[in-house]
Amino acid sequence: MTRLLTCKQFLQELNEFLDNELDPAFRAELQRHVNECPNCWVVCDTTLKTIKVFKGMQSQPLPPGVHSRLWAYLGKRCGCKRKDESDITEV
Amino acid sequence: MGTSSITPGFDESALVARAKSGDMDAFSELVTHYERRVFRMAKQITQNDDDAEDVLQETFLKAYTHLDNFQGNSKFYTWLVRIAVNEALMKLRKRRSDKTVPLDEPINTGEDEMVREIAVWDENPEESYSREELGTVLNEAIQSLKPAYRTVFVLRDIEELSIEETAEALKLSISAVKSRLLRARLQLREKLTRQFKKKGDDAFAYL
Repeated sequence: MTRLLTCKQFLQELNEFLDNELDPAFRAELQRHVNECPNCWVVCDTTLKTIKVFKGMQSQPLPPGVHSRLWAYLGKRCGCKRKDESDITEV
Repeated sequence: MGTSSITPGFDESALVARAKSGDMDAFSELVTHYERRVFRMAKQITQNDDDAEDVLQETFLKAYTHLDNFQGNSKFYTWLVRIAVNEALMKLRKRRSDKTVPLDEPINTGEDEMVREIAVWDENPEESYSREELGTVLNEAIQSLKPAYRTVFVLRDIEELSIEETAEALKLSISAVKSRLLRARLQLREKLTRQFKKKGDDAFAYL
């Protein structure tokens, strides 16, 4: 069978397509749609880039004071202290 | 960056076992290892530094006081995320004047407005924008999502929890997580496309 999926059907499966969570036959069917449909190709490509750019977000250092206030709070509430201050590099 | 907890010398399950038996050093190591990630996640959900700091503190305090409840059926970080998400959602509820529960908001499942902008992007936004500029664009985009979508996106695509772990952390069904994730991804795609599309490239925008 060479039935081509509609764009709506393709979009409904976009997550599973991008996350590679489909059985190979169905995935091939979606791949065929995306190869032949310029709009869905663009949506697929830019959604993938969207996820990638968020995943690549640099982990920001904690704002000043947050780290020391956390340890002060934990020290006060449960007696928890940093194991070895000198061992840990502040980043 | 990625969420792998593979750090040389960091053995999570051994640390958790030691912490459960009362070893404070082990608990401290867990805190040190995860504090930035918990803060980042809390900030992304609450969109507020002060709230995120409160969430950070409460999360680790609750983790400490409820450590005996952690059965090891999930990863320690997933358990920590579940605590932090609850704390973060409580902050959101407190801040909202109408007191509605963000995750219980009715979700529009209509197919309309899912895809409007269809344009290829400039080659690589990471190279065309400074880190600060890119951070601002991404923060604004994620901030514009409804909490119900934002929370799922943060857990699944930034914290890299599985669909099942995300559902478990948010007490949602798998299908609810999937549909919210799809809408979150597509809405973010719309917003970023407006920012990153190749100039003059609206050639395909006829859907």
